[in-house]
Amino acid sequence: MNTNTLDKLKILANAAKYDVSCSSSGSNRPNTNKGIGDAAPWGICHSFTEDGRCVSLLKIMLTNVCMYDCAYCINRRSNDIPRTTFTAIELADLTIEFYRRNYIEGLFLSSGVLQNPDYTMGQMIEVVRLLRKQHRYNGYIHMKSIPGASPELITQAGLLVDRMSVNIEIPTENSLKLLAPDKSYSSIMLPMQSINRGILENKEDRNKYKTTPRFVPAGQSTQLIVGATPENDRQILSLASTLYQSQHLKRVYYSGYIPVNNYDKRLPALASPPLVRENRLYQADWLMRFYFFNVDEIVNDAHPDLDLELDPKLGFALRNPHLYPIDINKADYEMILRVPGIGVKSARLIVASRRYGRLNAEHLTKMGVVMKRSRYFITTNELSSPTVNEVQPEYLRSMILNEKKKPRKKRGQDGQLELFTDLHFLA
Amino acid sequence: MNLFIYDGSFEGLLSLIFEAYDRKVFPDKIIRKQQYTKAIFDEPLEIVTNNAQGERVWRGLQKKLSHESLSMVYRVFLSELPEADMLILKYVKLVFDSKQRIETNFANETVLQMTQIWQKVSREAHRVPMFLRFALTADGIYYASYEPKYDVLSLIIDHFKSRFADQKWIIFDIKRRYGYHFDGLEIQRITFEDDCIDKKTGLPDAEILATDEKAYTALWKTYFKAINIEERKNLRLQKQLMPKRFWKLLPEMN
Repeated sequence: MNTNTLDKLKILANAAKYDVSCSSSGSNRPNTNKGIGDAAPWGICHSFTEDGRCVSLLKIMLTNVCMYDCAYCINRRSNDIPRTTFTAIELADLTIEFYRRNYIEGLFLSSGVLQNPDYTMGQMIEVVRLLRKQHRYNGYIHMKSIPGASPELITQAGLLVDRMSVNIEIPTENSLKLLAPDKSYSSIMLPMQSINRGILENKEDRNKYKTTPRFVPAGQSTQLIVGATPENDRQILSLASTLYQSQHLKRVYYSGYIPVNNYDKRLPALASPPLVRENRLYQADWLMRFYFFNVDEIVNDAHPDLDLELDPKLGFALRNPHLYPIDINKADYEMILRVPGIGVKSARLIVASRRYGRLNAEHLTKMGVVMKRSRYFITTNELSSPTVNEVQPEYLRSMILNEKKKPRKKRGQDGQLELFTDLHFLA
Repeated sequence: MNLFIYDGSFEGLLSLIFEAYDRKVFPDKIIRKQQYTKAIFDEPLEIVTNNAQGERVWRGLQKKLSHESLSMVYRVFLSELPEADMLILKYVKLVFDSKQRIETNFANETVLQMTQIWQKVSREAHRVPMFLRFALTADGIYYASYEPKYDVLSLIIDHFKSRFADQKWIIFDIKRRYGYHFDGLEIQRITFEDDCIDKKTGLPDAEILATDEKAYTALWKTYFKAINIEERKNLRLQKQLMPKRFWKLLPEMN
């Protein structure tokens, strides 16, 4: 490896870093013929950078040369930045060397648009083909599909990689037109649909013939940029919900907009990226995928945006006090999941254990339930603390927010006292 | 007080349990021989490991526990926590004494404690494939030092065997001073004179490493820096997801 490689790596990793996807899960590719690598069904993170994001895959661009001029993108044509391109051989070698040292779980390959979408896709496919055929590499590969690439190339790529993604980036067509004049919604949605169709057909074929090669076995994902355009959370989450249902996406990623092109007046001037909003969107996304929530229950006409101060489950509970308290010893699993302070893990423990006898508050605490939160929303064998209805949702809200303002260390220490002051108003 | 001492092996602990049932005397305290220093009034019962007896206990458990719970018992043993052996004994007694299955009764203190230690050990085992780093030596072996909190290497070596099927490797626990060597065909448990390993970085001496090795470390460090987004700096989150105790063996953190 020469210094040239080091410089290219620096430029092209830096150019790829705004893509938030890093997941390496969902595939199941065994090591065959004593080659190198396998893809575990669960993802593995290998490190964490100073921003707290996981490093799982070698997230890299083949080139940061791009013929498009998207307003929100660091690599846009009109930016005067150092440009470079990896050769397919260089990039395949680098992936293997990193992989052998257990630095990474695989490759996440993306690219600027070089010459035209099909040419770029062809180059990317060459990297992946070298890995699979020449290096006999069975590890994880995530490839970004270039908007506008032909269906034939997408099929070719899909047979080599584990996951594909087409980034929507901008949540509505109008905003996309404004910010990315070279792209169109159809150039994004058509590949997505064709990947989805490919996956569904492949599943059927594999049911008939076990030897059918896998097509995108880890499914597809996409990314939405949040805060660069005026869409509200309802528009964003409704789009995500539709994508999960109709396109069977494995993940929708939300990326808080980081102003990389401050000079472009079509974009808002933000002092800092909207990280809290991004976090709330992920929490809402979790509610849709693992907690059986409907998008309308999280955001709707009356509440088009998520509450930045409270997590969306707590928000839901405070807006719907009539559904509570929930009887821990009787309620369905789905209802127990709707209690603030109870996660999937503790909900499962509760449902498994209550067959042996009735559960009380002490049991719940030991199982990991955050009683400080949940006690307003449940009844147990003996618990008779005031519920959300007695306390009143508005009061409970301000109480919780006050408690959050306290410095972190103090909160743990005076837990007992806190219980006392919380209930003070009842006296 | 009944004090039982055994050789620190899993078979030894099972023999101890057999012995306790056989004598109808149960210990108030169990100590692994390596950790034992005799106190003045101690009258310890020293257990002799007997594989046949251990096997009988294990078969008894197999009849009453799922595969998962059996693996839990072994993993709690690997935690090496001071309370682990007594807890296992308590759990085994609970299993043998109960008419119905108790494995999912998490309201029971013993079951819950077992589950919690099991989760800790499993998490530690899961972290090996995350934070372990190989360095290539001049004779073509990928070497990695590791220092897990619990004795988990045996749980995870199969992962490396199937993933790195075409490379020779050594994974060495620098705290417990043993490791595993894969020669391309089989895995063997090994110990060796580890003077050539720098205890601070976990790296073999420079002359043992392959000539390019430094260049690859530099590439990795460059990548690690370039992929970070400065505007999103969150050191607390980084530390939470990658606890500091792992940092010293990670090239990107040094």
